[in-house]
Amino acid sequence: MLRFLMRRTLGAVVILLIISACTFFLFYAIPRDPALLHCGKTCDPESLEIIRRNLGLDKPLTEQYWAYMAGIFTGRDFAVGPCPAPCFGYSFASNEPVWGTILDRLPTTVSLALGGAVVFLLLGLGAGMLAAWRRGGFVDKFLSSVSLVLSSLQIYFVGPLAIALLVYQLDLFRQPEYVPITSSPVDWFAGLLIPWVVLSLIFTAQYTRMSRSTLIEQLGEDHVRAARAKGLSGRTVFFRYAWRGSLIPIVTIFGIDLGALFGGAMVTEFTFTLPGLGRLAVDSVLDTDLPMLMGVMLFAATMIVLFNILVDAVYALIDPRVRLS
Amino acid sequence: MTVETGAGPRPAASREGGEPLLTAEGLTKHFPIKGGFLFGRRVGTVRAVDGIDLTVHEGESLGLVGESGCGKSTTGRLLARLLEPSGGRITYRGRDITHASRTQLAPIRTEIQMIFQDPYSSLNPRQTVGTIIGGPMEINGIDPPGGRERRVRELLETVGLGAEHYNRFPHEFSGGQRQRIGIARALALDPKLIVADEPVSALDVSIQAQVVNLLRRVRREMGIAFVFIAHDLAVVRHFSQRVAVMYLGRIVETGDRDSIYANPRHPYTHALLSAVPRVRPEDGGRTRIRLTGDVPSPVDPPSGCRFRTRCWKAQEVCAEREPPLARLDGNREGHLTACHFPEDGPPGPPRPPGGDGGDGGDGAGRVKRAESD
Amino acid sequence: MSTWTETAGFEAPPDGDAFLSVRDLRVRFSTEDGTVHAVDGISFDLARGRTLGIVGESGSGKSVTGLSVLGLHDPRTTEVTGRVLLDGQEVIGAREKTLERLRGDTVAMVFQDSLTALSPYHTVGEQIAEPYRKHKGASRREARRRAIEMLDRVGIPNPRLRVDDHPHQFSGGMRQRAMIAMALVCDPDLLIADEPTTALDVTVQAQILDLLKDLQQEFGSAIVLITHDLGVVAETADDVLVMYAGRVVERGPAAEVLRSPRHPYTRGLLGSVPRLDGDVEEDLVPIPGFPPNLLDPPTGCAFHPRCAFVGEVGGTRCVDERPTPPAGRGAACHLTADRRRVLFAEQTDEQAAEQAAEQTEPRPR
Repeated sequence: MLRFLMRRTLGAVVILLIISACTFFLFYAIPRDPALLHCGKTCDPESLEIIRRNLGLDKPLTEQYWAYMAGIFTGRDFAVGPCPAPCFGYSFASNEPVWGTILDRLPTTVSLALGGAVVFLLLGLGAGMLAAWRRGGFVDKFLSSVSLVLSSLQIYFVGPLAIALLVYQLDLFRQPEYVPITSSPVDWFAGLLIPWVVLSLIFTAQYTRMSRSTLIEQLGEDHVRAARAKGLSGRTVFFRYAWRGSLIPIVTIFGIDLGALFGGAMVTEFTFTLPGLGRLAVDSVLDTDLPMLMGVMLFAATMIVLFNILVDAVYALIDPRVRLS
Repeated sequence: MTVETGAGPRPAASREGGEPLLTAEGLTKHFPIKGGFLFGRRVGTVRAVDGIDLTVHEGESLGLVGESGCGKSTTGRLLARLLEPSGGRITYRGRDITHASRTQLAPIRTEIQMIFQDPYSSLNPRQTVGTIIGGPMEINGIDPPGGRERRVRELLETVGLGAEHYNRFPHEFSGGQRQRIGIARALALDPKLIVADEPVSALDVSIQAQVVNLLRRVRREMGIAFVFIAHDLAVVRHFSQRVAVMYLGRIVETGDRDSIYANPRHPYTHALLSAVPRVRPEDGGRTRIRLTGDVPSPVDPPSGCRFRTRCWKAQEVCAEREPPLARLDGNREGHLTACHFPEDGPPGPPRPPGGDGGDGGDGAGRVKRAESD
Repeated sequence: MSTWTETAGFEAPPDGDAFLSVRDLRVRFSTEDGTVHAVDGISFDLARGRTLGIVGESGSGKSVTGLSVLGLHDPRTTEVTGRVLLDGQEVIGAREKTLERLRGDTVAMVFQDSLTALSPYHTVGEQIAEPYRKHKGASRREARRRAIEMLDRVGIPNPRLRVDDHPHQFSGGMRQRAMIAMALVCDPDLLIADEPTTALDVTVQAQILDLLKDLQQEFGSAIVLITHDLGVVAETADDVLVMYAGRVVERGPAAEVLRSPRHPYTRGLLGSVPRLDGDVEEDLVPIPGFPPNLLDPPTGCAFHPRCAFVGEVGGTRCVDERPTPPAGRGAACHLTADRRRVLFAEQTDEQAAEQAAEQTEPRPR
């Protein structure tokens, strides 16, 4: 198991290197001069030259990439000040260190992602299991139709609607906002409740349909029929045999989804004006804030790769056949 | 039925005068097992086929029998050059094709055809029967007199389907009919040799007999040589004049039909024959040989004779020295057996209990003899 | 001990001695293309300690019959009618709780493919112990001890270690043994073995068949052995039912049916099987045509489109009239016994003559 994890981690490092190189060369090869962007409106050739030197833009591209990558591990010194490891450079837009900004935004994104995941896992898997248990019956048909409707909704449509209805009309919930859990757990919860629910709507629908179909597939497996032939009750067979087998596809998709959410839920963050990584990414695109964008991209990619390794490790827990090979 | 073929048809059950068509010497196929840290290091080798000699004569049928994992299917694929051997030599009509490239193989591909076990997966579901059977002719640019379509319709009738099936799709046919389509496709190029890998194993009993009869007729009337791979000893006996018994990548015994079925010398051949359930038990032998345990892994085959771990006659020498595949005293010509302690006489009659000496291998390899009533 | 052969008629009352009595069992599946008549009115009895072979090709309804005895069909898509009495207890229409009590305890099942029929997620020991805990109320420890004992009994070496293995760590033959151990753990009175050796190599098949016979002697269970292999039936079954298109076409003591079949289909099956001792120069005698489509089975005798003797019966009886299923030794066929004997003998001679003609026919050089 340890060997397996080490091998996968090494593989992940290689993947991340490739991703970083691709993003780096893609961004710095664009025809807009980063130094010019950094320089602002009152720019004269002299200060442009200084900025170029300060940013290391006068060096060859490969050398810049090397300096960037080395900086992540060893830190760098810029003219504006030292940048301790992990150094992703300074934002062009705010002059703040990129890593610091990411750390600032991370709690919002993690809160949103984890809370949303809890909601859609509970609702989605619950509804899927119920539908599979009562397959072909009224409950199944009802849940299937509901999930079909849900999956066709859009966050930017439901979000404002939910606020208008639940906050302004009925005054049931608080206006969405992010309050750090450390300062007030109650406010943290109340402020994120609507974003969690809205974010989970589409996921819930997706997980309902997926868990229903994999469970029904598992219920048709030979070993499930064999378990019934042993006299085990329908419930035991359902939970001990069919459910176990349906976990693999669910865990796979969940790992990908959670990894992606940790990199920022752009639409949800924008809809509810929550200061998370998704918003940060969009803002830095609009500002052509290359260091920031690069940092967020690398962070998001790392999250996805990391969760993929986790998923593989979980496979081995679920399916003993994976353990040996 | 008249079908023109290049080679003159020859009578069944005679290989005298049949020229060697395909010869394999020391044929070997090892599959690497990749694994280990970082880069797929080779951590082991599956010795699927581990040095076998075979000759197929023109117009004759050579049967390859053995249990799963013995390497018979891999051998078939090597002989049809769908796989490249790891070692040894394959000669087709005097030409070395062991490592022949695609282009070098092109002319030979038309002469060696394959029939597969699963008629469901070996036919493209989106092609009509006409396209499937005519495909090989089109690819090889062969224009038979009267046109390809006429030839395909002829072939359909040859294999017992109607010419009107030309425009149908595979899913409209039953398993047996699909296997007939596969046979028609193999016949389309007038092959000299057909490698048939478990061609009837997936079929129901009544349909299996139809297809076996069809293959027999094809061989008899068109003079096509066959390598017939099957686990069913009775089917092989019915189809092949010569038989090779494989165990863990090696041939343990080979010879003409009568030698193998009436006078087998290798204990494994005895055990195989004895294990076949008889429709009329009273016709069969009264003594049964029951092997215990399973076939060992081809990754790490036993030293010396590979059968020794399940053999009731195994002695120390069996672990030390691999017996050569050779003609033993009392064997007919062409009947070769690889055994230090061969059996005598036909399978069946009671024999005194075998020696219990030798190291026990994994201990599971002993025999239980039961008197059946 | 009386056997079913004397008393089991189509409409006969359930045999008092029989452990399993099946009367006019019908199983229909609704599919998108229509209704499949998988089992179309079969009846039989089976006593303790006896083995009944059910023989047929794919689609004959033999496996569906086996599943019906355990009440394992999905009621949403399947309609099961008739009677299945297990030790006097009606299975068809029984409550799920009742069925759960019977399954695994009174009647157990061995499936064809041990790789898919054992759960890959649980150890072999857990899977064997499970029914024992459920039915015998045993503790975890007792059940584990019992699992080890069963593994040992079915011939798994080192049962104490192997009990914690997962099925994929077993070879095919060992897995099948483990599945037999799982089926027999509660000492059931009836074992239904559905193609138990079809996926196995011939030497392993022989081991498993021997094991089943030994265990039957030891535990005295009744066995329903479902198979397509006439050889397997010959070696293990006392009695045999031959099924075609969901109906019984012939029944009787196994040795008798295989030696002198009375139904043209049984005869055809026997002629289709290549043998280790027959004349190799003779072609096999296959049954012409194809298995019936169960969505739209043939009228009258389901075998009539493939039967050589339809013309011998007179009129259109074979096409119009369903032959009476055999009660006791017999065949569901319109031919009279005398006529059949004559016709079968003639057919044999004809085939021999045909073969001879083919052998001597000059071939182009």
